[in-house]
Amino acid sequence: MQPLKLLNDFVVKFANVNGSGSASANSMFAKSVLRMGVPVAARNIFPSNIQGLPTWYEVRITGAGHLGRRGGVDLMVAMNPQTWDRDIAEIEPGGYLFYDSTKSLPSGKFRTDITVVGVPLTEITNRAYSVPRERQLFKNIIYVGALAALLGIEIEVIEALLAEQFAGKDRLITANCAALHMGRDYVLEHLKPLGLQVQRADAVGDRIYVEGNQAAALGAVYGGATVCAWYPITPSTSLAEAFTAYCADLREDPETGKSRYAIVQAEDEIASIGIVVGAGWNGARAFTATSGPGVSLMTEFIGLSYFAEIPAVIFDVQRGGPSTGMPTRTQQADLLGCAYASHGDTKHPMLFPQDPGECFEFGALAFDLADRLQTTLFVMLDLDIGMNEWLTAPFQWDENRKLDRGKVMTYGDLETGKDFGRYLDVDGDGIPYRTYPGVHPTKGAYFTRGTSRNPYARYSEEGSVYVDNVQRLLRKFETAKGLIPAPVRRDAGRPTRKGVIYFGSTTPAMHEALEMLQARGQDLDALRVRGFPFCDEVYDFIAAHDEVFVVEQNRDGQLRTLIMNEGGVDPGKLTAVLHYDGAPITARFIFSEIGARLGVAGQRPQERPNVPEAAE
Amino acid sequence: MTYLLKPRLHHPSLATNALGYTRRDYEGSVSTLCAGCGHDSISAAIIQACYEIDLPPHRLAKLSGIGCSSKTPDYFLGNSHGFNTVHGRMPSVLTGANLANRELIYLGVSGDGDSASIGFGQFAHAIRRGVNMTYIVENNGVYGLTKGQFSATSDKGSKSKKGAVNHDAAIDLVAVALQLGATFVARSFSGDKAQLVPLIKAALAHKGAAFIDTISPCIQFNNHAGSTKSFDYVREHNEAVNRLDMVESRAPIHVDYAPGTTTTVTQHDGSVIALHKLAEHYDPTDRLAAMAYLNERQAHGEIVTGLLYVNPEAEDLHAALDTVDAPLNTLSDAQLIPGSAALAKINAELR
Repeated sequence: MQPLKLLNDFVVKFANVNGSGSASANSMFAKSVLRMGVPVAARNIFPSNIQGLPTWYEVRITGAGHLGRRGGVDLMVAMNPQTWDRDIAEIEPGGYLFYDSTKSLPSGKFRTDITVVGVPLTEITNRAYSVPRERQLFKNIIYVGALAALLGIEIEVIEALLAEQFAGKDRLITANCAALHMGRDYVLEHLKPLGLQVQRADAVGDRIYVEGNQAAALGAVYGGATVCAWYPITPSTSLAEAFTAYCADLREDPETGKSRYAIVQAEDEIASIGIVVGAGWNGARAFTATSGPGVSLMTEFIGLSYFAEIPAVIFDVQRGGPSTGMPTRTQQADLLGCAYASHGDTKHPMLFPQDPGECFEFGALAFDLADRLQTTLFVMLDLDIGMNEWLTAPFQWDENRKLDRGKVMTYGDLETGKDFGRYLDVDGDGIPYRTYPGVHPTKGAYFTRGTSRNPYARYSEEGSVYVDNVQRLLRKFETAKGLIPAPVRRDAGRPTRKGVIYFGSTTPAMHEALEMLQARGQDLDALRVRGFPFCDEVYDFIAAHDEVFVVEQNRDGQLRTLIMNEGGVDPGKLTAVLHYDGAPITARFIFSEIGARLGVAGQRPQERPNVPEAAE
Repeated sequence: MTYLLKPRLHHPSLATNALGYTRRDYEGSVSTLCAGCGHDSISAAIIQACYEIDLPPHRLAKLSGIGCSSKTPDYFLGNSHGFNTVHGRMPSVLTGANLANRELIYLGVSGDGDSASIGFGQFAHAIRRGVNMTYIVENNGVYGLTKGQFSATSDKGSKSKKGAVNHDAAIDLVAVALQLGATFVARSFSGDKAQLVPLIKAALAHKGAAFIDTISPCIQFNNHAGSTKSFDYVREHNEAVNRLDMVESRAPIHVDYAPGTTTTVTQHDGSVIALHKLAEHYDPTDRLAAMAYLNERQAHGEIVTGLLYVNPEAEDLHAALDTVDAPLNTLSDAQLIPGSAALAKINAELR
């Protein structure tokens, strides 16, 4: 077997034990490649645990800029004996294994079709350090130094990163640089560079590297959110925490130092959404961040927001369900649960960001839409976007942009004698006017309730009054179609009768798979949906093709169901392509699934070898 | 049920308050509760209290959960915005509303099912956060709208109308509120307006979480012999520790009681509460003593009423969060949006 020779296009996977301090070393490895002008896509695959369980970090080095997961591993950095067997099995034929060779292992523990690179990390570490925690932490830096030498990463770049990370703590910078060089020196003395090499390029441009949760939180700041109520839940916690940090930086009154925001860590998800609904009712922009189990708890309030027409924003950072499911793995499995959350006839608009850039954009837009539509607006992130750093276009803000507060009657409006009916459809778009509490001494007050009422907010159980009201809510949902960001179409170079629909974090892997398919002579037009309800373009696209693949990360084809349910599409036209093992979808998976159905000749690439499970 | 508006006409000689409003201006629509319901007396007390303290009705927001008690905000202060939320969750909605606009006065109305059962958690957390509000529980020990099931405040051994005996221990919301750090805790009786009206006035002026547990007999399902929440039982076992007058700020203090038995408490907004002691040595600013006294009298089967605890130096949630003085819902785009220069700096840090 010829060892792989790849330049700026390979996958490195780190297998570690969580709590060992590997995360920051691994992330520094990824960042050093970025600083050399070569795009990376890094994904943390971690357990729901603080210390002792297996964790992986996958870094795709991709000069061509493919930011999705490719599938397969070219270099495994096997630092966890617990998962050794499955880690070795995952290496591509011709790939490389990097391991701690302090203790010799029987030859049966290795494969013959890979190149094995041993560095006695423990021996080097124990010789240099005596404090146990130092041994643990510096061992990580030592392997980064060794990898840099093996892969051609410029050592000065990593030194600069260490200097930034420990700015002001010179002792730590010196100590870490020393460890870095221990690893590097060992390789220079005893080993040769691998066939996998990083070479300085100029392919990153002005892009930024950021997590989706952080981007969405910043979007909420720019979108004018002033009230945040939340309850900790993986993988959404870092969104609320980032909002807290950004507000402290950006939202203090410059004169008094007081806060132009209020953040409450509530007692549960029900209280979180209750606080959001109360603030929204009273004219403040408010949101909560949660995941599937939280949405389940919030459903009664979501129905109230729908029926009493109160703006609210929920960031749902989706994880593997159902129930507690796989709390630290990714899925797009809350679509149906959110679209129709709560009892009775309800429907809720949703936004589907594809990356942190859109998390920022939609994070701000969500508040305009919630105010405009006077209802709960979901922003559907997932763990892959939310908790991994992605390379994305820099955030932008138009200085002329004004926050859209929607239809609010002011003191002046009421004073001039405008007729105020809280649930009166005056413009024909299904959206009524509202007033903020306390606006006027004698006009504009109304009683908000989740029970049926007439256009003037008075209690009514009259059938015709009820029907008129819920029909108006449907008109409002029609209006929403024109406000949700339109789908993005990406046509094949040649006319084709085949199409594919996808959304969210699937996007980069999908685009790469389209290129792979095209290289094999298969053209597909592609449509990325960016929100719900779906506008006509989605149904026109389906009508214009004979077969449309719907690619998503859940078991039941939830987007496909939603499209069929809302548009009356023939189920036979929509072919589900589903990935739901909790790891982010890969380009190879999509290629092989669609390719097999289109009869693409040739070997179907192995997506995942059958490997023994790690002990848990 | 239909919505009944009251006629706006009133007798020209009806007295007006400092704002020029009559008592009628503080009313709401016609109550649809049962005739003789204790809750209607509480609504009347709220109307009276707001009228007497010259409260502009639109500057108060009234919120409730679900149940008979939670329907009542429709029956008072018709010029106030009201919000009938979901069962047991009024405290969180009120908290959010309060965060959005700190300038309004917030009145939460709830029942014993709403606050001691389904909403026990939210009740507790709103109290412990010190949300600036007046929280009234109209406590009848029974589920009225669903026709007579025991609630969590029913005393152990109390009999239902159908004769069933309650075997579960009761939750005493006053004891819970004291333990959780409520800074104004009172108990009253819907049948004692002279006691209730000043308590509501003082609670509305209190800065912080003010809680009033008001025993309010259910005329339909919990007013029989064997019930400990009937009119007769409460009258027989009511032990008021004090009587109070709510005196407006800077106004001369009129106290009708004999000297030596009256103390005054000045609240944050300058309002003065004049307290006439009925129970000897009872000090409503001593939280530990209040808790001990309540426990002791409860063991004797007494229902202690009055202003049981007040911390006049209380702070609220806004103080804890250090929010700006202007209501958050009035901040301008310029005050909210950091702008593109700040964004460029953030972008640079993310490269």
